[in-house]
Amino acid sequence: MTEAEKRDLAIKAVKVRMGIIEGTHAARAGHPGGSLSSADLFAYLYFKELRVDPADPKNPERDRFVLSKGHCAPGLYAALALRGFFPWEDLKTLRQIGSHLQGHPNMNMTPGVDMSTGSLGQGVSAAAGMAKAAKYLGNPCRVYTLLGDGEIEEGQVWEAFMFAANYKLDNFVAIIDKNGLQIDGPTKDVMDSGDLAAKLRAFGFEVAEINGHDYDEMEAAFKKARETVGRPFGIVMHTIKGLGVSYMTNAVEWHGKAPNDAEYETAMGELNARLAELEAK
Amino acid sequence: MSEIKKLATRDAYGAALAKLGEEHEDVVVFEADLAAATKTGVFKKKFPERHFECGIAEGNMMAVAAGAASMGLVPFASSFAMFAAGRAFEQVRNSIGYPHLNVKIGATHGGISVGEDGASHQCCEDFALMRSIPGMVVLCPSDAVEAEAAVRAAYEHQGPVYLRFGRLAIPVFHDENDFSFEIGRGETLREGGDVALIATGLMVYEALQAAEQLAAEGIDARVINLCTIKPLDEELVLRAAKECGKIVTCEEHSIIGGLGEAVCAAVAESGIPCRVKRVGVNDEFGHSGPAVALLKQFGLSAENIAKTAKEL
Repeated sequence: MTEAEKRDLAIKAVKVRMGIIEGTHAARAGHPGGSLSSADLFAYLYFKELRVDPADPKNPERDRFVLSKGHCAPGLYAALALRGFFPWEDLKTLRQIGSHLQGHPNMNMTPGVDMSTGSLGQGVSAAAGMAKAAKYLGNPCRVYTLLGDGEIEEGQVWEAFMFAANYKLDNFVAIIDKNGLQIDGPTKDVMDSGDLAAKLRAFGFEVAEINGHDYDEMEAAFKKARETVGRPFGIVMHTIKGLGVSYMTNAVEWHGKAPNDAEYETAMGELNARLAELEAK
Repeated sequence: MSEIKKLATRDAYGAALAKLGEEHEDVVVFEADLAAATKTGVFKKKFPERHFECGIAEGNMMAVAAGAASMGLVPFASSFAMFAAGRAFEQVRNSIGYPHLNVKIGATHGGISVGEDGASHQCCEDFALMRSIPGMVVLCPSDAVEAEAAVRAAYEHQGPVYLRFGRLAIPVFHDENDFSFEIGRGETLREGGDVALIATGLMVYEALQAAEQLAAEGIDARVINLCTIKPLDEELVLRAAKECGKIVTCEEHSIIGGLGEAVCAAVAESGIPCRVKRVGVNDEFGHSGPAVALLKQFGLSAENIAKTAKEL
């Protein structure tokens, strides 16, 4: 990937982070931490990887993206708005009565959302069902799903992984955002999931383990995913929860809390500075 | 009465799926390791490429079926009622009901008539669970003819449908050459003005037998078959309330949350003076035993329906 492409993606990711702060601040609620840890991935997916068209959001052959960790909707919404699925201004209506931006994704309300999610462990199953259906229908689409590293404590996730491997769903990519924190504390203290890459391999996945804030590594992983035949692909993505906002970085309390007005100013100040820095490059 | 053919509604389900599969390529089946019992095996034999085994993982199966429906397929996801409505309730609620996806849940082995397997497998709560999900259609056919028609209607309906079938072979009293079925419309099987017996599933035939017993005692019972538990045919129910003034509901389900409570709510809110009694499983678990004996023991019989009607 060229430096210019990387700079462009980095700018997109900063804007996604701004959208996360705008939305959760306006809503006075929501989940900024895990949205921020996935922000670089959202930018990469919606500006590099997914074959989607905001002008034709229901195209049957579009790639599908299922946000299995549905509480990170603020990040998905920001990426969708940035990609042109709906106006950026809508982000400020997050979680409000009358808004199409529900607290967790709703496929019937928000353009570009492919599955209603929010109850952990279910989106990944729906994504596997989409991939299986695509195979049966001869639909060339690929199906991507993003899970949290707390979410994988749900047994259903592993049922879905068994299903994906059993049916050799090489059109299916499961990405786990391993930011290491969940509501009650560090994931290794709440329920240690051990070596996730090894577990995925044992379940029949081809696996890449990457830095979730490095576009070169993302590019290599998604390329390998597309080239993998006969088995599903898993990406264990090491990230930093809350990245991009100093006081949210690696801070467990920012899992599901909105910034107040002063915190909003601080966050936007930092993100604007980062944006100016990138744009000056 | 002359010899009447008996068939389980689960057998009709399998046969109907196989026929539907011939007519529509978008019909696919998801199964959780019970194909021989749920009878989706009949479909599998004809269309192995469209029968997707999910293993013993009903929650995953429901959400997988939801994903497949979002791709334009019409999935029938099958398991026993206990696991389809019970274990997978939250997946049905959040991944099928909330996005209103076009998944048909084929739940066999509903009720006490599961028999020997005992209480762990005798689901008497599925109507209550499924009725509570907004937009979910709940069907419980009374015989094989109605079961086949219900499967077809479920396919044609846009949106989620829960179908409850039974394990036990029961009388086929509908004439397949003279039968029409519509979701949301009940069927008056016998006219009468003294009491209305409103039944669903295998209790419909029992209600017909009860009406004969009552007739012998000079009581003129109306018999209504409500295959569609949701949406309730309120017009038919309220007409019965008005014209008969007494209703006995009959279901192979807990008296909590099922047909009986749906009828009670409709009657109570209407302001029509009418007494209602519920025949069903009285807030208790079942146990092992031969199905027919269990039905008798739990009062799911013509005799108990007739007795209850006389108490009103």
